[in-house]
Amino acid sequence: MSNLVFDGAKGHDHDHDHAHDHHDAGEMKIYGFWIYLMTDCILFASIFAIYAVLVNNVAGGPSGHDIFELPYVLGETACLLLSSITYGFAMLAMHKGNKSGVLGWLFVTFLFGLGFIGMEVNEFHLLISEGYGPNRSGFLSAFFTLVGTHGLHVTSGLIWMAILMYQVSKNGLTSTNQTRLSMLSLFWHFLDVVWICVFTVVYLMGTI
Amino acid sequence: MFGKLSLDAIPFHEPIVMITIAMIAIGGAAVLGLITYFKKWTYLWTEWLTSVDHKKIGVMYIIIAMVMLLRGFADAIMMRSQLALATEGSPGYLPPEHYDQIFTAHGVIMIIFMAMPFFTGLMNIVLPLQIGARDVAFPFLNSLSLYLLISGVVLVNVSLGVGEFARTGWVAYPPLSELGYSPGVGVDYYIWALQLSGLGTTLTGVNFLVTVLKMRTPGMKLMDMPIFTWTCTWANVLIVASFPILTGTLAFLTLDRYLDFHIFTNELGGNPMMYVNLFWAWGHPEVYILILPAFGVFSEVISTFTGKRLFGHHSMIYASGAISVLGFMVWLHHFFTMGSGASVNAFFGLATMLISIPTGVKLFNWLFTIYQGRLRFTAPVCWNLGFMITFSIGGMTGVLLAIPGADFVLHNSLFVIAHFHNVIIGGAVFGYIAGFAFWFPKAFGFKLNEKWGKAAFWFWISGFYVAFMPLYALGFMGMTRRLNTTDNPDWTPYLHVAFWGAALILIGIACQLIQIYVSIRDREQNRDLTGDPWNGHTLEWSTSSPPPFYNFAELPKAEEIDAFYAAKRDGEAYKVPAKYSDIHMPNNTATGLVMGALLTVFGFAMIWHIFWLAAASLIGTIVYFVIHASRDDQGYMVPAAEVARIEGEQHKILASVRNAQANSPVNKLEQA
Amino acid sequence: MANSHHSHDDSSHGSFKSYMVGFVLSIILTAIPFGLVMFPTLSKVATLWIVLIFAVVQVLVHLVYFLHLDRSAAQRNNVITFAFASLVILLLVGLSVWIMFSIHTVMMAK
Repeated sequence: MSNLVFDGAKGHDHDHDHAHDHHDAGEMKIYGFWIYLMTDCILFASIFAIYAVLVNNVAGGPSGHDIFELPYVLGETACLLLSSITYGFAMLAMHKGNKSGVLGWLFVTFLFGLGFIGMEVNEFHLLISEGYGPNRSGFLSAFFTLVGTHGLHVTSGLIWMAILMYQVSKNGLTSTNQTRLSMLSLFWHFLDVVWICVFTVVYLMGTI
Repeated sequence: MFGKLSLDAIPFHEPIVMITIAMIAIGGAAVLGLITYFKKWTYLWTEWLTSVDHKKIGVMYIIIAMVMLLRGFADAIMMRSQLALATEGSPGYLPPEHYDQIFTAHGVIMIIFMAMPFFTGLMNIVLPLQIGARDVAFPFLNSLSLYLLISGVVLVNVSLGVGEFARTGWVAYPPLSELGYSPGVGVDYYIWALQLSGLGTTLTGVNFLVTVLKMRTPGMKLMDMPIFTWTCTWANVLIVASFPILTGTLAFLTLDRYLDFHIFTNELGGNPMMYVNLFWAWGHPEVYILILPAFGVFSEVISTFTGKRLFGHHSMIYASGAISVLGFMVWLHHFFTMGSGASVNAFFGLATMLISIPTGVKLFNWLFTIYQGRLRFTAPVCWNLGFMITFSIGGMTGVLLAIPGADFVLHNSLFVIAHFHNVIIGGAVFGYIAGFAFWFPKAFGFKLNEKWGKAAFWFWISGFYVAFMPLYALGFMGMTRRLNTTDNPDWTPYLHVAFWGAALILIGIACQLIQIYVSIRDREQNRDLTGDPWNGHTLEWSTSSPPPFYNFAELPKAEEIDAFYAAKRDGEAYKVPAKYSDIHMPNNTATGLVMGALLTVFGFAMIWHIFWLAAASLIGTIVYFVIHASRDDQGYMVPAAEVARIEGEQHKILASVRNAQANSPVNKLEQA
Repeated sequence: MANSHHSHDDSSHGSFKSYMVGFVLSIILTAIPFGLVMFPTLSKVATLWIVLIFAVVQVLVHLVYFLHLDRSAAQRNNVITFAFASLVILLLVGLSVWIMFSIHTVMMAK
């Protein structure tokens, strides 16, 4: 099952207390990570609050209506939603103990995530080159902060994913790696949840 | 290459600062020299700096808190003396740009670097023991949190000698805190010190919530947990809910200052008032984070020293919960005058007044605990009684301020200053000093000197009233906060009286320092041999003083409130178990220290715009963490034989104490 | 079926079927709002309400089908934690918006 090694390993004469430790350790880490995700939700909430207050402060510059391209955003959304599904498939593979399945689906997830980031960087680049960067107005500051913070989180997730793929390929589906895959899974799905709020509040409501 | 940093950053032209830096440098060199002379570096490294033991980490937090108390109080003495001198047109001795940094630093240090670490330290030492656990859920994260705090402490203190600190007040409102009006590095020191220590605090909140929910000794239901554990838990709930708001708000200010965003600027569509709103959405829960653990200390102290169980255990838990939840609905009372109008003000004013109700419930529970008990007037009890009177007065002035109409007159006056010092000193500071005295024997194995403890109390409480009651009057007389000179002759006598109050507190602090020296000197006479010096009720008192590094050889039985009281009552305390088992413990690690150090460099580099260094240190931090994580350290096993040996030694001591009592005609522990 | 190699398995996980249900629901709940905004069919107010409600529903779909929140004892801590965080978010965003818009109205501020 798991490859836990201790210095001076005592084999199997741990009492029940201790055997509980390792299974529970993974469960505790996942719950702790969930609480951290809740703090991240609250962080995003404060950014949404900023956006709500600044959305109409265009300072003579463009509003959302002028700069949002919904088909493009639909494309970004598709990338992220597909990446959520493929991560789900990676987790199914993990529960079956299928290491190559995990690595394969993680790689596909990574590509979709990278696609999302690529599209977003392109969107930002275009806006900035037109003079509609974050320093143009309060609205644009809020836009870049909200969408950009989400993008930074996705990027961090991709880095984590790459490192985890390396760890899994090197050490296999150890108990520790499984715990980490579970935590990244929570992170990845949570980012898709935030994106739902982003495309709704920013892009859709900005265009209605 | 070095960004904005140059030798000009050192304030050679300010003698007060240069002398202070010189004294710190000499003092620091002396400490390092002594450690070297006594060849203690290895000991320090292996036993303390790389420790993941919550008890050691807690001690380090409290040491930091006490050192920062001295620095914050030095700021206070400077302010009081300046105001006492600079009356009726006289300029005093502190130039305004210096004075502004002093009151800013005073607030930041006392709240973030004294009160927060003090409660975090007590919680670290006590909470795992109270719930019968061997450690916290994430020992490495605990160490990292400590070093993130230290990062913040280092940055705040470096700002004294390299550059400047913020001049905005501890709240740092834009547009004053934006680049236009604060072009120097002061606000950046503020931002990065708070961001780094804030991250540590958030991690602590997560850590202790998981600990309480998942690591209680088998049988201990949530509602059975001791009240100190419960109030800390509510505080941790507030931490995880509110600190992200601070992280966000400071990040927005950072984007404005570094990347020319317009979130809080006056120009191009920013909204400075949103900063005020978000800051206090964090800031109000923050003050409840500060006070709730102190309330918990008082519950433990009052029940132990009356010999009775705490009155209303369950209602205490619910009252603390109500305070926590309501604490998220009142923050606008910090800016009634910002113009939200009557409806908004009324809602928040009412909600603010409502909080006094659960607070009152707690106060009455303490009173009912004392009623018909036999209160022993130890130093912790003195602090406790002083708190009950002082905090009540402060709370009442808070309810007064909660009325928007009254607040329109008193906002930003010295009345507000007096109010919050009343509740913070009377509540949080008295509470943490009481907790320090109460749990000191547990942490170090000997009691503190009672006489100097009581002397400290009397100087502190009299000093508090002499220093702050005049400020209430001055508030009514129209004096605003953050003034560095005054010119109203009516105010002068009050300012003089207030200065002498600060002097009394100074003597109180001196008594505390003397107390520590005397206690260490006399430790052999004041040894806590049994681990239960006060006839306590909760599980931490069932361990030796100090506890073994694994806390409990066998996870204790806890089937009701006050588990140790129950064990003593049923004759089950100090039983030797049939056999000992191996115990799994985490390994020490230097990763927290290294990450903290790298992040300190990161903060400093960001402050001075040395961006290549900032990038390198940030990447280095992440890389170091990934390497640490990939080692996947699973800890080590303590063999049962070793546990048996350690436990055997303590049982020998317990037996000899019992023999001594049996043979001595008079010396019996109080039975209650 | 997938649990054979775990001796205890506390953290719920999905099945292929549940992920697909979630996926299809998400597609529908995304396509309709985008469609209504890109090709305005209903009134602005109606569109706004649909967009908002569908967003909330899709968040719940993600929570249930991808994040495996349910009413089981194993998920209880997670659900309570999430509920509390939601309360905080509602208070933070709701009260902040009320405050700032009141200032805007009362003070004729920008």
